[in-house]
Amino acid sequence: METDDLRVDGNAVAGLLDEVFGRELSAARARCDGCGAVAELGAHPVYAAPQAMGAVLRCRSCDSVMLVAVHGPGRYWLGLTGSTWLEIPDGSPLH
Amino acid sequence: MNAPKPLRWALADVVETNVETPRVRSIALDVPGWPGHLAGQHVDVRLTAEDGYQAQRSYSIASPPEANGRVTITVERLDDGEVSPYLTDELHQGDKLELRGPVGGYFVWRGELGGPVLLVAGGSGVVPLMAILRHRAATGDATPMRLLYSSRSAEDVIYRAELDRLGASPGVEIVHTLTRSQPPGWTGYARRIDRGLIAEVAWPPADRPLAYVCGPTRLVEAVAEGLVELGHEPERIRTERFGPTGG
Repeated sequence: METDDLRVDGNAVAGLLDEVFGRELSAARARCDGCGAVAELGAHPVYAAPQAMGAVLRCRSCDSVMLVAVHGPGRYWLGLTGSTWLEIPDGSPLH
Repeated sequence: MNAPKPLRWALADVVETNVETPRVRSIALDVPGWPGHLAGQHVDVRLTAEDGYQAQRSYSIASPPEANGRVTITVERLDDGEVSPYLTDELHQGDKLELRGPVGGYFVWRGELGGPVLLVAGGSGVVPLMAILRHRAATGDATPMRLLYSSRSAEDVIYRAELDRLGASPGVEIVHTLTRSQPPGWTGYARRIDRGLIAEVAWPPADRPLAYVCGPTRLVEAVAEGLVELGHEPERIRTERFGPTGG
C-alpha cells in the first residue's frame, strides 16, 4: 500500500475531532508551527488507515505534522505540538 | 451551526435505493432526530459484525438541506472494500443503518457565500457537489455554477439524467470529460483534468470564483495547484480528497 492510499483529508477526521471537542472543527483554522501557513483543518491532508485508531494531519504547505489524534480503549490522545494555535468559530453569525 | 451538539449515532431507516451506475448506488435514509445539514457535509456510517468488529466510513450527503429530514448518500462499490460492497449490494429498503452527522463545516456552500461557483469532480467526488447544485435549484438561487466532471466512460457518469436537466437551467453549466472511452459521436472533452482544461473551463481569476474540488487525491492536487498557478486565490479553493480508504 502506498502512502497515498492512506491519504484522505481533514474532512474525513471531522467526526473524530467532533468526538473529542464536542463541536465541528473542520472549519477551524490552525497555524502550522513549521512554516506559519494558516488554513482550515479540513484543507489539510490527513493520513489514516481504515482500521487505524487515529489520524495524522499534516500541513498542506510544508508537510509538517500539525496534529495527531488517537482513539484508544477508553480514551483519546491528542498531540498538537505542530500547531501554534487553533482558531475555532464560536457559532455566532460571521463578521 | 450554533450551540455545539455532540455527534450521536442514530439508527436510520433505508427508505429507497437507486442504481446510479453499475458500480454506484444511492441510498435514501430517514434519520430520527436529523438536525438538518448544509450542502457539502457528510455522514459517518458504522457497520458492526456479529462478532462485534466495527468498520466506519465517511460518505458525502447527496441530498440538499431542503429534503425534509431525508438524507441520501451515494456510494461507489470498491471491490476490496469492507463497507461499500455491503452498502451497494446487500442493503435493501426496510433495513437499518447506523450513522451520525452531519459532519464537516469546511467543504460546504451556502447561498450567502455567493459565487460564481466552480465545481470540479472526479468520479464519485461529484456527490457533495451534487448536494450543492441541488441546494441551488431547491432554493431558486441564481448563483452561476459550472461543474467540470471527469468520468471514465458515459456509463460511469453518476446522476447523468439529472445533470442534463440541471445543465439546461439558466446559470448552470455541466461540462463532462470522459477519460477512458467515449460514445460514438462524442464531441466533449476526452482527457484528464489538467491545468489546460481548467483554464478552458474555469472563469478567469478576475471573476474570483469560489472553487470546490472533490475526487481522488491526485486529481484534487492537480486541480488545486492548477487553479493557483492560473492566478486563483488559494483561500477561495476548497478541497476534499478521498482515496481507497473510502472503501
